Amino acid sequence: MFHITELEAGEVRELHLCEDHARVYLNQAEADSQQEDSDTEGGPLGVGQTAKELSEIDQLVCDMCGITFFEFRNQGRLGCPHDYVQFENELEPLIANIHGEVEHRGRRPNRQKSVGGEVLPESTEELTRVIGMRKDIRNAVEGEDYERAGKLRDNIQKILHKWHAEDLKG
Amino acid sequence: MKFEVLKTSVGEWLKGTGPESDIVMSSRVRLARNLAQYPFVGRASETERSEIEDFLHSHLTKTSVGSRLEYTNLGGLEDLDRQFLVERQLISREHADATGARGVAIDPAEQISLMINEEDHLRIQCIHSGLDLEAVWEQIRGVDEEIEAVVPYAFHQRWGYLTACPTNVGTGIRVSVMLHLPALVITRQIDKVFRSLHKISLAVRGLYGEGSQAFGDFYQISNQITLGRTEDELIAQVADVVPVLIDYERRARDFLLQETEQNVHDQVSRAFGILRTAQTISAEETMQLLSRVRMGVLLGLVDDLHVSDVNKLLVRTQPAHLQKMRGVDLDTKDRNIERARFLRAYFESGSPDDN
Repeated sequence: MFHITELEAGEVRELHLCEDHARVYLNQAEADSQQEDSDTEGGPLGVGQTAKELSEIDQLVCDMCGITFFEFRNQGRLGCPHDYVQFENELEPLIANIHGEVEHRGRRPNRQKSVGGEVLPESTEELTRVIGMRKDIRNAVEGEDYERAGKLRDNIQKILHKWHAEDLKG
Repeated sequence: MKFEVLKTSVGEWLKGTGPESDIVMSSRVRLARNLAQYPFVGRASETERSEIEDFLHSHLTKTSVGSRLEYTNLGGLEDLDRQFLVERQLISREHADATGARGVAIDPAEQISLMINEEDHLRIQCIHSGLDLEAVWEQIRGVDEEIEAVVPYAFHQRWGYLTACPTNVGTGIRVSVMLHLPALVITRQIDKVFRSLHKISLAVRGLYGEGSQAFGDFYQISNQITLGRTEDELIAQVADVVPVLIDYERRARDFLLQETEQNVHDQVSRAFGILRTAQTISAEETMQLLSRVRMGVLLGLVDDLHVSDVNKLLVRTQPAHLQKMRGVDLDTKDRNIERARFLRAYFESGSPDDN
């Protein structure tokens, strides 16, 4: 367990992270401090980015799960599979720093065909969109737009069915 | 879960069998996997976490491996029972201490465990006694493929299998071996060994995983990188270094015997003496002393005791195991007394499965 105390603008913030997450966190902290030293040279997180640009990166939000890049940096954990797509450019230097590589070379899924008989892609991005659609349903219900909520529900069922990912309870 | 059965048996990793089991306690591989249609565990709502648990539980029972496993809802267990599973290395400490919907499926031989809603939706673990990484990989790959046939895991063309923490992305694989290296500790070579392991990006941890202190000279060596190499390459990275470490440890043991036999014999005998006579003893001290005795058994300095007995004692003197055996909750002070009582009784009767 790593206990990290951060002093930011006179405020004390305490973090308690396991070894792996501390590694992610400190990697980024290092990148930040390198950034402060120079506005043109970047560490793993910001090649040629200014501190202002970095704080803009922190504001980025995932369209599916709603996590901000800032939240990810604080927790060392991502919010959903779509983050890897949404934050791809921002994550790349960090991942390169951890693994020394940026391309998967291991096993790949051996997908069966979809329920409709078409070949399912390797990437599960379509299935992950369901996370955002569930959020849209909640918003639609709140706005009393039940027609839209119903349509979204049908669409979700279609995607889950296609991917053999329906809940057994139906 | 039939904890009553488990409490007098020992898990796979303490059997003390398999290749090189004088030094290699166990070989383990775990895979981190996630469902594509849900947020990662840390960001999932209570309802979503329950849905994830239900989804995985019900789909696992559709696989032949899943139907052989016993499923336990961890939220419904007492703290003591969760701690018990941690001590047997069937769940992680984080998984035990977390809150919310989560579970574990364990096979009767305790080689496979499937953790649901740990840091990732699914963590598959396979563990064998001794140095047996290839067989472990064969087995876990089979389990993973069977599950993947009914559960679409989150996958990205470029990043591979997607995980909550970027340190696991790609293969999601963690390969580890647990080694008993007392002679390298005594001869003060262990730090040098660890520094060289860090240089080739291998991690070293204590017996009970992440962040834990290495008690009793037991160390886990594992890969840190998970992306950009094949599973076979990552396994080889760990597997290739193990024979070197075994060789170092054997040489250090030989050295101790040749140069300082009287000293070593004395240390081992004193350790054994304390274990047989103490009236109160902590878990840490017990581990430390058992480690010395284990080395003594392997060097032929202790009679009438087998390595498997020592391995068994290593887990049965852990806090939750002691309390399960006794059938009551005990505070630290009472545990230390109970531990000493248990050890004395064990060595007096020589019977491993009393009470």
